Amino acid sequence: MTGEHNLPFWRKYIFSIDHKVIGIQYAITGLLFLLFGFFLMMMMRWQLAYPGQPLPWIGHLFSEKAMLGGVMLPEFYNQLGAMHGTIMVFLGVVPLAVGGFGNYFVPLQIGAPDMAFPKLNMVSYWVYFIGGVIMIVSFFVPQGAAQSGWTSYAPLAVIAPTGQTLWLLGMVCLITSSLLGSINFITTIVQLRADGLSFFRLPFFVWAQFVTSFLLLLAFPPLEAAGVLQLMDRLAGTSFFMPSGLVVSGKVVEVSGGGNPVLWQHLFWFLAHPEVYVLILPAMGIVCEIIACNTRKPIYGYKGMVYSVIFIGFMSFIVWAHHMFLTGMGTKMSAFFQITTMIISIPSVVILTALVLSLWGGSIRFTVPMLFATAFLPMFGIGGLTGLPLGLTASDIHLHDTYYVIGHFHYVVAPGTLLALFAGIYHWFPKVTGRKMSDFLGKIHFWLSFLLMNGVFMPMFIQGLAGVSRRLWDPMQYAHAQPTQPLNVFISICAWLLGLAQIPFILNFFWSLIWGKKTDQNPWQATTLEWSAPSPPPHGNFEHVPVVYRGPYEYSIPGQRNDFWPQAMKEGN
Amino acid sequence: MEKYYGWGLPADISTHGAAIDRLIYVLHGFMAVLFVGWLIFLVITLVRFRARPGHQAVYQSNHFKAPTYLEVGVGLFEAFLLVGFSFPIFHQYRNVPPPRDQAMEVRIVAEQFAWNIHYPGDDGIFGKTDIHLISPANPVGLDRSDPAAKDDITTVNQLHTPVHKPVIAHLSSKDVIHSFFLPVMRVKQDMIPGQTVDTWFEAKKMGNFEIACAQLCGLGHYRMRGFFIVETEDKFKEWINQMR
Repeated sequence: MTGEHNLPFWRKYIFSIDHKVIGIQYAITGLLFLLFGFFLMMMMRWQLAYPGQPLPWIGHLFSEKAMLGGVMLPEFYNQLGAMHGTIMVFLGVVPLAVGGFGNYFVPLQIGAPDMAFPKLNMVSYWVYFIGGVIMIVSFFVPQGAAQSGWTSYAPLAVIAPTGQTLWLLGMVCLITSSLLGSINFITTIVQLRADGLSFFRLPFFVWAQFVTSFLLLLAFPPLEAAGVLQLMDRLAGTSFFMPSGLVVSGKVVEVSGGGNPVLWQHLFWFLAHPEVYVLILPAMGIVCEIIACNTRKPIYGYKGMVYSVIFIGFMSFIVWAHHMFLTGMGTKMSAFFQITTMIISIPSVVILTALVLSLWGGSIRFTVPMLFATAFLPMFGIGGLTGLPLGLTASDIHLHDTYYVIGHFHYVVAPGTLLALFAGIYHWFPKVTGRKMSDFLGKIHFWLSFLLMNGVFMPMFIQGLAGVSRRLWDPMQYAHAQPTQPLNVFISICAWLLGLAQIPFILNFFWSLIWGKKTDQNPWQATTLEWSAPSPPPHGNFEHVPVVYRGPYEYSIPGQRNDFWPQAMKEGN
Repeated sequence: MEKYYGWGLPADISTHGAAIDRLIYVLHGFMAVLFVGWLIFLVITLVRFRARPGHQAVYQSNHFKAPTYLEVGVGLFEAFLLVGFSFPIFHQYRNVPPPRDQAMEVRIVAEQFAWNIHYPGDDGIFGKTDIHLISPANPVGLDRSDPAAKDDITTVNQLHTPVHKPVIAHLSSKDVIHSFFLPVMRVKQDMIPGQTVDTWFEAKKMGNFEIACAQLCGLGHYRMRGFFIVETEDKFKEWINQMR
């Protein structure tokens, strides 16, 4: 270990094998992609609010093939839509939640010096990075990036321009990266826990990452295979997803045929439904840590939460076809998927209820991370509840593929997961940098983001009920979409203001790096192991090999001097 | 003119849609009650247990029995929604077509970015089609040499149906996946190339409505709008004769 300190710069910070450096690399890259993906959406929001009007200033920076005279073309709109989804999910949230937070804090919370396979960890980041580069480059190939939605349904995606090929290659890289990462996490959590750290003494965050890793490991390979099959359909003339007798633009398509477009949907959603839980479970983990620490009391029903998260993991593999109720599947099949969908809502309710009840009897400190974590609860609640009308086929008939769906899943991942990820950043910033972020800027960031996110997503439910389809370049084309057009203007203004509301966060981030208030190793007086390491933790993490004596959330034990009892502290306090 | 579209559900002119709407309302009522109740609890908790001088957290982790009942309650209610609403409604929607002798049949073939409507004519039999015959003048590739095709009628983006008459639509697609959406009819069905899926509906009011595409189908997805006109039997026949 001692030799590590003399590494050249590029080995220490670029091609590092230290889980903390890799975690920071993941987090920074993920944050940048989140910002980039958000920019794409802010441009789309102009077209939705003011269809066919030239985009001021920015519109003229683009080529004529994307923005003709500053007016966004439909094909460019579709590229922005497909890439917004892809970037937010696969290049933003997952890398930040799993690659960033997971990499940095799982080894620390289990008392390990590093991940089980440090080099694999490095490879995993760089494969992800290459995938990201491929995705960005795809904007610059002839006819632009992928434009068939983030779902890339065949045959549309198979007959799409070159950008789709790059999308598939990028996805293969991203999935490979996730696979390498998930093997690493599972091995690390099983093998490298500190002495005394039994499974039921693990912080809930580690449990969430553990289950997430299994989802990544088992759900991603089918999409990787499907991606390769679609690549073959595009490049090698196969017809896995291409039926016979297609006529495109009046010309008979010369393919061997015999394939089935619905097969792609099955393979895609077999990944993409567990993917939803990949996005949400780490967020729940972060929220749980922050709530325990800021209520100064044990978590309500910790074991129930652990069983629930395991159960969600299993169930998430048998709900995927609820995305496909209207493909013409039979009623028996759809009944099965409706039942599993209703069942999976129960453990999610258990976890959410446990987190809310954990507040009862606490002494709640409204720190900035706690504000974000508290706001996660009702936001995820709305996201979950609005899944109900979509999970029942009868109501899904009207709501399928409308803005109701957009509102629903954004409530889960934007005001839901993103608020939790911000909470995590404010909570663990002192551990990573040894400095605290500004409370003042943090509170501005919180209140503006919280209100504006609701301003963006709440009206979408009204649009969805009115039957407005998603992915429309110009909603004014339809009479049934025109009455809700004023909402589009409102949503867009909220979205742009939400963009501005991130400036306090960005300033806070860099300002606090240099001038933030210095903190000791445990500024929040928390119990879990990462707070027993120095801030920032050195290479190898702990000064002494930690031994664990108790569960993760031992706060406010009667008769003790301090209201927290760290996991690694041997004697009473 | 009657207002069909607004900020809530569109007007419903179908015979089957009331059940779907009822479910949507029941669900939103349930969601509102659950969410508001829960939110009140959250706010009370946050205020009552805020950190302040002299206030101490309580060391306990299992102080409620109610959640178990709540969970069971939610579970039972979901079961009720499935058995009481979703299963029977969807069964009716997917499995119980109107009798063929009473219904009008029509083929709808989607393409980028139009709806080709194919009526079988007086004989009630669709003429043969062949993809190699497809041309701008013959968008569904109807084989005019087939006797059954003689009286067939094809239109683009114009779906006329008589009021109070069940319609069975055979949906298919020429190129990519589209989704046939009649907002006022509570009908939505994906159109998958390579297969034909049937859907059926009956209008109980006349008017001039819309067909929308609900599935991203390419750069013209936003303008894949069709017209859905429900009229009297006589007017419908008149229109058919005009189209011949």
